[in-house]
Amino acid sequence: MATTPRTAAIVGGNRIPFARSNSRYAQASNQDMLTATLDGLVARFGLQGQQVGEVVAGAVLKHARDFNLTREAVLGSRLSASTPAYDVQQACGTGLEAAVLVANKIALGQIESGIAGGTDTTSDAPLAVNEDLRRVLIRLNSATTLGDRLKALRGLRPGQLAPEIPRNAEPRTGLAMGDHAAITAKEWEIGREEQDELTVRSHQNLAAAYDRGFFDDLVTPYLGLSRDQNLRPDSSMEKLAKLAPVFGTGDPAATMTAGNSTPLTDGASAVLLASDEWAAERGLPVLAHLVDAQTAAVDYVHGGEGLLMAPAYAVPVLLARQGLTLQDFDFYEIHEAFASTVLATMKAWEDPGFCKERLGLDAPLGAIDRSKLNVNGSSLAAGHPFAATGGRIIATLAKMLHEAGPGRRGLISICAAGGQGVVAILES
Amino acid sequence: MSDWYRDFANSGFGTTITRQLGLPRPAVLRRYEPGRPLLPGPAVLGSTGGGRLGDTLTRVLTDAGVAVLPPVVADGPTDGEKPAAVLLDATGLTSPGQLAAAYQFLAPAIKRLGTSGRVLILADPPAATDSPATAAARQALDGLIRSVGKELRDGSTANLVYVPEGAESAVASPVRFFLSGRSAYVDGQVLTLAAADVPTGEDGERPLAGKVAVVTGAARGIGAAIARVLARDAAHVVAVDVPAAGQSLAEVANEIGGTAFQLDITAADAAARLVAHLRERHGGVDVVVHNAGITRDKLLVNMDAARWNSVMAVNLQAQLDLTAALLAAEGVLRPDARIVCVSSQSGIAGNRGQTNYAASKAGIIGMVRAWAPEFAARGATINAVAPGFIVTEMTAKMPLGTREVGSRINSLQQGGLPVDVAETIAWLSQPGSAGVNGQVVRVCGQSMLGA
Repeated sequence: MATTPRTAAIVGGNRIPFARSNSRYAQASNQDMLTATLDGLVARFGLQGQQVGEVVAGAVLKHARDFNLTREAVLGSRLSASTPAYDVQQACGTGLEAAVLVANKIALGQIESGIAGGTDTTSDAPLAVNEDLRRVLIRLNSATTLGDRLKALRGLRPGQLAPEIPRNAEPRTGLAMGDHAAITAKEWEIGREEQDELTVRSHQNLAAAYDRGFFDDLVTPYLGLSRDQNLRPDSSMEKLAKLAPVFGTGDPAATMTAGNSTPLTDGASAVLLASDEWAAERGLPVLAHLVDAQTAAVDYVHGGEGLLMAPAYAVPVLLARQGLTLQDFDFYEIHEAFASTVLATMKAWEDPGFCKERLGLDAPLGAIDRSKLNVNGSSLAAGHPFAATGGRIIATLAKMLHEAGPGRRGLISICAAGGQGVVAILES
Repeated sequence: MSDWYRDFANSGFGTTITRQLGLPRPAVLRRYEPGRPLLPGPAVLGSTGGGRLGDTLTRVLTDAGVAVLPPVVADGPTDGEKPAAVLLDATGLTSPGQLAAAYQFLAPAIKRLGTSGRVLILADPPAATDSPATAAARQALDGLIRSVGKELRDGSTANLVYVPEGAESAVASPVRFFLSGRSAYVDGQVLTLAAADVPTGEDGERPLAGKVAVVTGAARGIGAAIARVLARDAAHVVAVDVPAAGQSLAEVANEIGGTAFQLDITAADAAARLVAHLRERHGGVDVVVHNAGITRDKLLVNMDAARWNSVMAVNLQAQLDLTAALLAAEGVLRPDARIVCVSSQSGIAGNRGQTNYAASKAGIIGMVRAWAPEFAARGATINAVAPGFIVTEMTAKMPLGTREVGSRINSLQQGGLPVDVAETIAWLSQPGSAGVNGQVVRVCGQSMLGA
């Protein structure tokens, strides 16, 4: 690189507490949640009526009517109506990818400030009409004569009343994401106990963070919920041990339960990014900078790699570019899609064979200090409204780095459907 | 929340009925609106003789565009414009014999007073003299003004301001407040000023321009009203409330162009976090309104530790801790800072079932008085506001009988509004209110409780 562009500052974030599917936010749409989240961010940083450079957000489960979801949320928010916005979608990587896009424009000087976010509801999900019915209706709509219309209507069948329901499954394999993760867990010999341990720690860490007020300036209550609904501070190995496996159940030694997998969740998050100058002019803090980011994808269909293993590939590319080792971090935020995913990813980095053959490295990346991993809880406890997870992690990590003092470094790793991964480095 | 009885009593049919039956006739009070004149009519200015405030008062009135009329003559003409205010400069009083002049001036003027009129007496403080006769004459005004307050009708109020020698420059702000609609529900109050450096050239419409104001308990009720009024007066408001109230807190902050700061003020690190936030985001603070408060009512004999302790922690200890931390933090509390602590009528009069609440609210008064000299030394002030029966969501849930009695047993025969408390706090927060320090201002319509 000829010149090193500036890096974008993370000023702060806001999210609404995450709710379990079909519960407290059952009546809230993606737009409602994103608007409320933006308004909470506006209130925190006094952005009423202000124009920010760009608002970038998205949703994984999206209604056709929400083609301009983020712009509509901006128009409904307290931000200036002259704030441009666009939608992105990269499955569970949406939130982080949105932040990378905003940060890059700030780095290039194309914008001075921006908001990155994401929202998802599995309660107010888009039901589509049956595919056969859809074709009949399209034909009916395009018919010009009465005869053609009657002919089109002859295609109607009672069975076409069944709607198309969005599934948490990979289109190319038909397997649920959890079943894919179960294959990887088995391949990497991830045990039930270590998954449950990671889960208990996630709940305990998140509960402790709430108790000491860590989320007071990261979360704004919504619809009567002031903490993540999935959080179980009293979670224990004994309680988790009682749960029956729900994924990979074809195998008698299946390990993945509803406890050590994230539940379907509703929620939204947003992060305010800016140039240092923009923040300073407004007396706003700079918690950390988004230093660099990397995406990767794996061939989970034919290539023999696990669906959620792409971050294992993205991280070494990022480390090499930044001249860092895996141990050069004060905090690690590895998204807990499933406990087994986090454990398999770390195991892969420690495995000489994987690192040599798959990553092309002379030596394994090595182990990370577990006491630096997801220290304020992650998705197993908080829940995982797909596009909202990136924003949750960025704001949480940025605050942790800020509290730890200048020069601290954190790594974010998020796996996504379609065999993709997004990873990033923050530094205070 | 409308006052159905007041509305009825002011309707054509209601006027007839309430007159015939001798029922209370609560008035629709004159409240402050930016852009409106200080008074809806002229003011009558008089003196008990030898007063030293005549020129000052005339200047305050004429600066505010108020026409000043000479004393009303008993049995004189009744066709002129009705006075909207009656001001008596009683600073010349030295003996009880001179009090007759007060009665002779006030009686005909008050007889002509318009609706939502104002009676304001200014005198020397009784404690500032060694002469028993002089002290007696000055103290006599206390009984006089409180009785006038009870005799006035149609939303009019009567208040007394004691002005020590040297505090003349501090008079303008309280005079404007007591004459204006800001003091709609402040009645029968006695205020003692202190000499202070009072800045001049204040912006009447935007008295808090450039100021940063913290309001605790700002998510709803009286706290939200305080936040709105401070913002209307051009302050940047940092709205504070417990994290669980964050959604409505954000709505209040967004409505007024302020910022939301979610904080449990009873947390061990609350003061440190508030100080850090104010330092980092605003470089300091000018106005702090300690409004957050809770009730956990129970008869003393049935009181449990949780109820007692939580009320003390939120209502009293947090005010002490936050104020102490702000005083201790280098450069955070600006030199001319204004602290306003929300006390309560219960803290003055006591209330059955509220031993914990009343104790906490009385404690605030002790705290304010003890801190006043230290604040004065740095050019700042600390005062308490004690609301009486204020119509809120909380009072709306009271049984009808209790609510009606509670709201009528005051000279204005109605409950106050959150905005009335807010206006008083906003006035105490003004730079011009530098001479008001260590005072307890009741916003109670001259309640019979604890008077």
